[in-house]
Amino acid sequence: MANSALDTRLLMRLVVFTESLFFMALLVAFVFFSLAPGFRQQQLAALDLGRTGAFTLVLFSSSFTYWRVEASARRGATGALKFWLLATIALGTVFLLGQAWEFHGLFGRHIDLASNTFGTSFFTLTGFHGLHVLIGLIILSILAGLAFAGDYDRPGSSIFQAIGIYWHFVDIVWAVVFTVVYVLPHFSRF
Amino acid sequence: MPEPVEALPGLSLDTDQGLLQWISSVDHKQLGIMYLWTALAFMLVGGAEILLIRIQLAVPRNTFLGPEMYNELFTMHGTTMIFFVAMPAIFGFATYLVPLMIGANDMAFPRLNALSLWLTIFGGLLMYFSFLAGGAPNAGWFNYAPLNGYNYSSQPGIDYYCAGLLLGGIGTVSASINLIVTILRYRTAGMALHNMPVFVWMMLVTACLVIAAFPSLNAALAMLLLDRRLHAHFFEVHDGGSALLWQHLFWLFGHPEVYIVILPSFGILSEVFSVYSRKPVFGYVFIVGSGIAIGLLAFGVWVHHMFAVGLGNTANNFFAASSMLIGVPTGVKVFNWLATMRGGSIRFTTSMMFATSFLVEFTIGGLSGIAFAIVPIDLQLTDTYFVVAHLHYVLIGGTLFGLLAGLFYWFPKMSGRMLNERLSNWFFWLFVVGFNVTFMIQHVLGTLGMPRRVYTYPDLPGWGTLNLLSSIGGFLMGAAMLLLVYIIVQALRSGPRAGADPWDAYTLEWTTTSPPPLQNFDRVIPVASVRPFRDFKMPHDADHKEVGKRKGIYGK
Ligand code: HEM
Ligand SMILES: [Cu+2]
Repeated sequence: MANSALDTRLLMRLVVFTESLFFMALLVAFVFFSLAPGFRQQQLAALDLGRTGAFTLVLFSSSFTYWRVEASARRGATGALKFWLLATIALGTVFLLGQAWEFHGLFGRHIDLASNTFGTSFFTLTGFHGLHVLIGLIILSILAGLAFAGDYDRPGSSIFQAIGIYWHFVDIVWAVVFTVVYVLPHFSRF
Repeated sequence: MPEPVEALPGLSLDTDQGLLQWISSVDHKQLGIMYLWTALAFMLVGGAEILLIRIQLAVPRNTFLGPEMYNELFTMHGTTMIFFVAMPAIFGFATYLVPLMIGANDMAFPRLNALSLWLTIFGGLLMYFSFLAGGAPNAGWFNYAPLNGYNYSSQPGIDYYCAGLLLGGIGTVSASINLIVTILRYRTAGMALHNMPVFVWMMLVTACLVIAAFPSLNAALAMLLLDRRLHAHFFEVHDGGSALLWQHLFWLFGHPEVYIVILPSFGILSEVFSVYSRKPVFGYVFIVGSGIAIGLLAFGVWVHHMFAVGLGNTANNFFAASSMLIGVPTGVKVFNWLATMRGGSIRFTTSMMFATSFLVEFTIGGLSGIAFAIVPIDLQLTDTYFVVAHLHYVLIGGTLFGLLAGLFYWFPKMSGRMLNERLSNWFFWLFVVGFNVTFMIQHVLGTLGMPRRVYTYPDLPGWGTLNLLSSIGGFLMGAAMLLLVYIIVQALRSGPRAGADPWDAYTLEWTTTSPPPLQNFDRVIPVASVRPFRDFKMPHDADHKEVGKRKGIYGK
C-alpha cells in the first residue's frame, strides 16, 4: 500500500515526539540524582568538557551535511547526494568513536554503570543517545547502499526528508544532553 | 499481502487459505479480530488467576495458595488485565473500526499494523513464559521499588515483566502512531474533524495519550532492567537510588493509562446510546471537547496515587484539587448520555443494556475516585479493599462494560452473524449481578480496614462472610464469561445472517457488507454530518439540512 510523503513525515514526527519523552524521563532521572551531594564533583572530575565539546561539533556538522543530502535529493543530483550521505555517515561514526573513547577512559578509572548513581544515570542517558546515533547510522548506510545501487537516480524520493527528521532530532537531543551533563555543572553551585 | 478473497471470513478461524492467511495478514479487519481474540484468551487466563485468589480468600486463615503463589497470581492478574486484555481489546476495536468509520480502505501503514499486533502478542507470551522460567513477577502490577529489585525478587519473573511490557509497549505506541496518521490523513472527503464519529475522536485522543504516557513506563522498565541485570542503581535505595523515582515514572504513565482505557469506552458508548435511542448524541461538541480536556488533565494528577508517600501538603493539595477537576468533564459526560436517551425511542438490546448499566456502575466508581482525591480519606483507605472496589468499578463497570456494549453492537458487522439475544440477556444479568456482588462488598471490607495484597486474614467479625460472598460473586462472573464464549462460538457456527445494517445505524461502517470485503468500500457515500448513513437513508430529514436550527449539536 503506497503512502504519501506527508504520511511518512507525520509518522516520523510522531516517532520523534515519543522518543523525546523517553529521553525526558532519562534526563529527569539524571537531574534528580545530580541534586544529591557529591554528584557534581564527580561530574566535573570525570567529564572532559573540551574533548566532548569537539565531538559535539562533529555531530552538529553532520546535521549540516545531512541538510545538503536533502537538498541534493530534491534536485536529483545523484553524485552530490552520495557524497553528502557518506560525509554524514563519516561524521556520525567519528562522534560514536569519540563516545567509545570517553567510555573506555571512564571504565579504566572504574566509573561504570554499577559504580554509583552518577555512573548509572550518565551511562544510561548518553548510552541511549549513542544507540540512537547507531540506529541512524544503520539507516543512513542502507540509504547509501541503495543510492549506489541506483535507486535514487531520478528525483522525487521523499525518504530523505523523513529520515532527516530523525537525524536532526538526534542532534537536537544531544544539544540538550550535552548542556545538562557537560556544561551546566560548571555553572551551578551545588 | 495474502491472496485477496471474495469476502473476509469474519470472526471465524477457518478460511480458504487456512491459518496461514491470518498469520500473514496485513488487513486491518483481520488484525483487529486477532487483537480481539488475543484479549479474550488472556481474559480467560487472567480470570482463572483471580478465581484461584478468590478461593484462597473465601475463608479466613486459608492456606490453599500460600504467600508466594498468591503474590504471583495477583500480579499476573492485574498486569494481564490492563496490558493484555484491555489494551488489545481497545486496539482491536480501533484497528477494525477506525478505517471503516472514516471511509478508508485500510490503516495508513498496514505492515506496521501487523507488527504492532504481533509485538503485543509476543509481549504477553513472553511475560507468561516466566512461569516456566523459575517464577512469575510478584511485586504487583505497579511493581513498586524496592520490591522489584533483585534483592527482594531474585527470581527472573520481574525481568520478564520488564521485557514483556516493553515489547507490548512498543507495539502499543506504534499502533497509536499508525492510528493518528490514519485518522488525520485518510478520512473520506467531507468528513471534517467536526463530523467524525465520537469513537474515532476518542481513539485519536487515546492514541495521543499513549504516545505521551508510554515512554515514561518504557524508560522506567529499561532502567529497572539495567538495575536488575547490570547492577545499575536507579531504584536501589541503599546505593543512592530512589524508590520514589519508580513511583513517579510509573504513575506518570499509570494515571493517563486509566484514561487510555476509559476514553475508547466513552467513544463506543456515544455511538451505542445514539443508535439505540434513535437520536444524535447530545452535545457532540461537548463530548469531544471534554474528551480532549480529560486527555490533557490526565497528566496533571498522577501524584494522587502517592498521597501516602509523604510528599508534603503543598504537593498533595495541588494534586487533590486537580483530581477533583478531572471529575467535572467526566461527570458532565454522563449527563450528555442521559440527555441522549431522554425522549428517544429506546431499544434495549444487550448492547444498550450494558451501556445503561455502565452509567450506574461508572458513576459509583467515579464517586469513590473523588472520595480518594480527598487526602485524609485517601490516607485512611489507601491500600485497602476500598481501592480494589474503586478500580474495578471503573475498569469493569466502565471500560469493560463499554467494550462489551461495543462487542454486542459490532459483532454482526464483524462476523455477518447475529448473536443469540436471549442467551446474551442471560449473560448480561449473570455478569452484572456477579460483578456487583463481588465488588460492592469490597467497599465495606475496605472501610473495615481489610488491606489489599495480603494472602490471608484473621477471623474478624464479618470478614469471613463478606469475603465468601465476594468470592461467590467472582464465580458468577466466571460462569458468565464462559457463557459469553459459548454465545460467540454458537453464533459463528450457526447464528442467523445479519445483513449489512441490522441496527438501522448511522455511521459509514454499516454501509458496506457484513463482514466487509477485503476492500472496504467501492464508493463511500457523501459525508456532511455526524450521521452520514442516516442522511443517506433519509435525505429529506438529513442532519446537515438543519444545521441552522441545531447549531452546536452537530458543530459546523
Ligand atoms: C473521577 C475520576 C477519578 C478520580 C478522581 C480517581 C481517583 C483515584 C485515586 C485518588 C486513586 C488512588 C487511590 C489510592 O491508591 O489510595 C485511584 C486509584 C485507581 N484508579 Fe481512579 N480515579 C478516577 C477515575 C478512574 C478511572 C476512569 C479509572 C480506570 C478506568 C481508574 C482506575 C484506577 C485504578 C486502576 C486505581 C488503582 C491503582 C492501584 O493499583 O493502586 N480511576 N483513583
Ligand atoms: Cu489516577
